[in-house]
Amino acid sequence: MSPMLHSILAFVQAWWVELLCALLIVLVVPLIAVYIALVERKFMADVQARPDSTRVGPHSLLQQIPDALKLLFKEDLIPANADQFIFWFAPVLSMTAALTSMGAVAFGPWFQVARDINLGLLFAVGVSALRPLGIILGGWASNNHYPIIGALRSTAQLISYETTAGFALVSGFLLAGTLNVRAIVEIQRTDQAWFVFLAPVGFFIYLIASIVETNREPFDLPETKSELVAGSIAEYGGFRWLLYFLAEYANRIVVASVGTTLFLGGWLRPFPNVRWLIWLDAAPTLLLAAVGAYCVFRAGKQPAREQSLFMWAVALACFVVAAIFALAAPFGHLPFELMHNGLYGAFWLLLKVSAYIYIFTWLRFTLPRFRFDQLMRLGWHILIPLALINVVDVGIALALSSEFGLNRWLSMVITTVATLGAAMLLLHWNDKYADAASAGLLADSSVVEGTHAG
Amino acid sequence: MLDSVIFYFFAGIAIVSAVLMITRRNAIHSAIFLITTLLATAGIFLQLRAEFLFISQIILFVGGIMVLFIFVIILVRLDVPLPQVRWRTQKWIALLVTLAVGMEAGVVLWFARKIPGQGLIFPNPAPADKLHPNTEELARSLFGSYLLPFEIASVLLLVAMVGAVVMAKKRIDA
Repeated sequence: MSPMLHSILAFVQAWWVELLCALLIVLVVPLIAVYIALVERKFMADVQARPDSTRVGPHSLLQQIPDALKLLFKEDLIPANADQFIFWFAPVLSMTAALTSMGAVAFGPWFQVARDINLGLLFAVGVSALRPLGIILGGWASNNHYPIIGALRSTAQLISYETTAGFALVSGFLLAGTLNVRAIVEIQRTDQAWFVFLAPVGFFIYLIASIVETNREPFDLPETKSELVAGSIAEYGGFRWLLYFLAEYANRIVVASVGTTLFLGGWLRPFPNVRWLIWLDAAPTLLLAAVGAYCVFRAGKQPAREQSLFMWAVALACFVVAAIFALAAPFGHLPFELMHNGLYGAFWLLLKVSAYIYIFTWLRFTLPRFRFDQLMRLGWHILIPLALINVVDVGIALALSSEFGLNRWLSMVITTVATLGAAMLLLHWNDKYADAASAGLLADSSVVEGTHAG
Repeated sequence: MLDSVIFYFFAGIAIVSAVLMITRRNAIHSAIFLITTLLATAGIFLQLRAEFLFISQIILFVGGIMVLFIFVIILVRLDVPLPQVRWRTQKWIALLVTLAVGMEAGVVLWFARKIPGQGLIFPNPAPADKLHPNTEELARSLFGSYLLPFEIASVLLLVAMVGAVVMAKKRIDA
């Protein structure tokens, strides 16, 4: 055996779990992203009181697959005056950054690519800081006014709100005292409280900042469809557009899992220490079985025979997964502990991440879009000062409970009230400023005409 | 073995893209090569087990400063070639400075050759698996032993920032 092959084999032997996890992420994340988009379409149809597409598979469950294939087979157009290399490179950069940052996210206690790096969540946050680069370079390389305006907007927005999200995360890191993902979750177990209850303001700021960072409505200023066509990706079509799309959804998953891990207890079951709530461990089995039963119920009502067959298949899959959960349930002790914890942890984490992403979708179809100056003012005049105050207040609360022996919850309540008071003050000042500013804006009629929210 | 392969890989990328950054005419291309250089340097930090420096290099320089650079380049359209004449006289000064720095490095290496071992002094490095967590160590030295310099530096930066804002404001009023 050649030494080259031998060293490769040794590498695989040492790292096969990590390699498997990485492969799974690369394969599964696009699929999840595509189905998040389907949920979004269904939600949009529901909000707008119209039926969504119903033809491709039952409830158009398969609709996304031909959609993706269509994008794959589209003609690959590069504008003549575009910067060829950067035009090619920018979507790849976005996608790479999104998938790489997923490496530090733990989907359950045993599913994580970068297992015991001390950076932990900071790695996920840091690598996704490369994402604005992909957007701004793509916008610039298109050599068109709309993409460039979109790219400039998105950069300003992402830079401002990355700062905000960073400060919000710092308040969580202060509570955890570590950056390591597994340690953060374990501390939330031993502290018997998710950090969202200890630092509610921090979580709220992170929630807003994460919506802005992923360019979701009501903050989707970089690609306002009514103003900028599609913003920085207006010139992209086919597979390159698909890369941007997937990068955006992957980033959404990253942001949601970082927030979940730090503030919502990661892969912990709700109330992991309460004895009489142990029946919650049956929730995965029951939930999946209920979904399966619903599929069986719907199968009879499908218009075509193939559709009801497909429904039966989905029901069968749900029942199989439910059975796996049920069979794993009694093995919560030593030899099978890893499998049990991994399975149940993954369920709870994915449930929380889905809820987080669902909130994104919900807000998208509920709120009208912000104006760009409003977005910037919200960031720089309210959220960043508030996040700074929050970090200091969380630090004071920690000092109160550790140095002066005050009850942890009491000190948290005191400092949270102080932070909220500061928020009120900031809002009050901002209102005064905003009145003056909008008086100035009204004088300039061209601005007012451009403000209607799509 | 693996360590030095990683080091030479990142060092090679850093040097090549640093040269390309200077020779490119298009400002955006230069910025991209500067980003590559910074990322390669971050890789070297990681190879040295300085993971906090690695991630702060990426967050601050690549995610923050370089994105702002590109922002400014696009905003003021620096990608249109500028008149190069103004900087032509600086070429000789730059050459002089480069020679001086190169000679300095040469002199250091020359006088260090008599020291036994590699030639340069390394305060005996700890094995990789015995290192303390980098982030905690950094925090301890920043907020413990070097608290005063750290605070002075941050006040200095704050002063610079306030000064920049004041100067920008004045220009708008005038």
